[in-house]
Amino acid sequence: MTDQTAYNFAYLDEQTKRMIRRAILKGVAIPGYQVPFASREMPMPYGWGTGGVQVTSACLVPEDRLKVIDQGADDTTNAVSIRRFFQRTAGIEVTEATADATVIQTRHRIPETPLTEGQILVYQVPIPEPLRFLEPRETETRKMHELEDYGLMHVKLYEDISRHGQIATAYDYPVKVEGRYVMDPSPIPKFDNPKLGGNAAIQLFGAGREQRIYALPPYTQAISLDFDDYPFTASKADHACDLCGAPDSYLDEVITDDQGSRMFVCSDTDFCGSRRAAGHIGPMGTPSAGG
Amino acid sequence: MSILAKMKMQPLLSVRDLAKFYGGRIGCADVGFDLYPGEVLGIVGESGSGKSTLLSCLAGHLAPDRGEVIFDTKEGLRDTVLMAEAARRRLARTDWAYVHQNPRDGLRMGVSAGGNVGERLMAVGARHYGQIRDAAVDWLGRVEIAADRVDDRPSAFSGGMQQRLQIARNLVTGPRLVFMDEPTGGLDVSVQARLLDLLRGLVREMGLSAIIVTHDLAVVRLLADRLMVMKGGYVVEQGLTDQVLDDPQHEYTQLLVSSVLQV
Amino acid sequence: MIRSTNIPSFWSPRFCRCDVITISNLSKSFTLHNQGAAVIPVMTGANLGVAPGECLGLVGASGSGKSTLMRMIWGNYLAASGSIMVGDVDVAKAAPREIITLRRGTLGYVSQFLRVVPRVPTMDVVAEPLLTLGVPAEEARARAMALLAQLNIPERLWSLSPTTFSGGEQQRVNIARGFVHPYPALLLDEPTASLDLVNREVVLTLIEAAKARGAAIIGIFHDEQARARLCDRLVDVTQFTPKVA
Repeated sequence: MTDQTAYNFAYLDEQTKRMIRRAILKGVAIPGYQVPFASREMPMPYGWGTGGVQVTSACLVPEDRLKVIDQGADDTTNAVSIRRFFQRTAGIEVTEATADATVIQTRHRIPETPLTEGQILVYQVPIPEPLRFLEPRETETRKMHELEDYGLMHVKLYEDISRHGQIATAYDYPVKVEGRYVMDPSPIPKFDNPKLGGNAAIQLFGAGREQRIYALPPYTQAISLDFDDYPFTASKADHACDLCGAPDSYLDEVITDDQGSRMFVCSDTDFCGSRRAAGHIGPMGTPSAGG
Repeated sequence: MSILAKMKMQPLLSVRDLAKFYGGRIGCADVGFDLYPGEVLGIVGESGSGKSTLLSCLAGHLAPDRGEVIFDTKEGLRDTVLMAEAARRRLARTDWAYVHQNPRDGLRMGVSAGGNVGERLMAVGARHYGQIRDAAVDWLGRVEIAADRVDDRPSAFSGGMQQRLQIARNLVTGPRLVFMDEPTGGLDVSVQARLLDLLRGLVREMGLSAIIVTHDLAVVRLLADRLMVMKGGYVVEQGLTDQVLDDPQHEYTQLLVSSVLQV
Repeated sequence: MIRSTNIPSFWSPRFCRCDVITISNLSKSFTLHNQGAAVIPVMTGANLGVAPGECLGLVGASGSGKSTLMRMIWGNYLAASGSIMVGDVDVAKAAPREIITLRRGTLGYVSQFLRVVPRVPTMDVVAEPLLTLGVPAEEARARAMALLAQLNIPERLWSLSPTTFSGGEQQRVNIARGFVHPYPALLLDEPTASLDLVNREVVLTLIEAAKARGAAIIGIFHDEQARARLCDRLVDVTQFTPKVA
């Protein structure tokens, strides 16, 4: 590699970071409101977390310890490359332990380990507009947010029940923030929705292609939309982790051979590894696995 | 004394000196009338007469350049022209309804019939799926759509059914004033008749007031209590529907009435 | 006889002997803008009155203005001057909604032509005036059916639209519609035309019953026997025809 010091700290120039921080502060001040920002071209394609990376870049200070997860895992391509990107451009420490991280950039999950005050969770968001599915006009959706005209959001859930007998939306499940804005929580499983509200960490959402930033400051109310007779439930596979035996974590289903054998494992690799290190063993797990 | 009592009734909608200009061109001007609860007002005129512009101004889709549109809201008389948009939209999904000529403009084509009817209920806070669905099925029945079509999308419906679905979607929240823009416009004659009968029944049962814009004199004769004839943006004649059609006073109305093909 | 609470008490002959319909100094002209703005005067200085329980026959040659006068009372033709008091409403000056209210509860009209929404069942066509007055649908239909039966419209036709009926059947549907509510004032434009003897008798009986309950009736009857049997007075409308200068 060539001289990494040619880059400004955390890649973006200070003016850009200042612009993004203003958007973040506005987002924190108006929880759930989508703040437009001048998204930059990043050295990665759209859909790979350009929004999250810009937010992370604007948040990082040299003392930070960064964790990056993709679908809960620290070791997937996307997570590894973003983590390495900031190691090189910011020279910061990285970690896989949720509790040790000061900034966590995530795609599609909230870590199982409860977050604490002072931590920042940065979400990568593909489509920030929760109303987009039913209303394609941006002018109209903005008007609907302005006027709290959210009947349409329940139409989506109504359609789910009438077609599937239940609310089939399993991820990207909309929430209402502090009784005001309806917000798209990014494609996290609805299992994670209860962790959005009342969280001790700052939660920031960045959508690069759509040029929007929004936020949930610590301990903000975020209620999943539902019907009185079809209440929201945070569902997961009815199984315990085959590696660590955890009964209450979000699981990935993994096909293990051509015969269709399968196993269920924690999607949060750090959580699963820590449990095994602490001696919890699932039916298919081994004490020394992980790391 | 019921006649006297009715005469003292407050107008639901009072329009005063309404005007809309497109640059130097007149959209509509000098329009004024009162619409009382339970009344159906027809507005006729040829293309470009200003009838659609007028309807858009009344329904809050267009901002008039001058004049007042006073509606008897639940909080008292309010000029809807001066209202904040949030308040006007609230009216539009509670007290008002708007039936478009093309049902595609008034329906969500990607959403089931039940979802289409339920949207206004959910918009005003209904949060019980079972009740919303029951209301949707009930309304489908009232507009003569079978209950087993509740989960079908409007794209699977005929033009006449789509128009009836649009009406159900609009009336489910029990509005007091319905704006209709050529409601029978794109329909076969036989389907028109059924729709007209349906509308008459609903207007009567719900005590609706309605403003119907059309160029079809037969439609207003059967639906409207009162008629306004527009030409070049101005109202040239208004009165009791059958009186205006059978004893027209203005030159243009006489021409319009005498131009209708007789069958 | 049908008794209804919809008749305001002041219409009852017991309390009021004054005329139900009073026409004073009424005139009418047509201006034909598309034919060189020709002004055609058709009526001038018309005066008449009809008391409760009274039937007034309009006579005069064809084109002398019998139907025109009737249509003016109905509010269908605009009066040029004068007044047409029906109860306490001056039809010549009333706002559209006052005339609509009048037509709903007070003034009935049996015209020579049936004008209905196509495809609506006969039963509903007849019941509609009652539904408009707020009579419950079941009761309105029951009254409509009783009247249709009385007028010898075969029951199998009740659920069909009258638009395909014969002239006589349409005329009887029209009469049923005009008599389904006990209007205090009735306008009848040749109610017995195109009827056979049996149905003519039914209609005459209906009109007599209306008189007996106190309805004020103005009618045009070309049927001289019917006129003699029903009318208490005759008014020749040719006296209202403007003299050609």
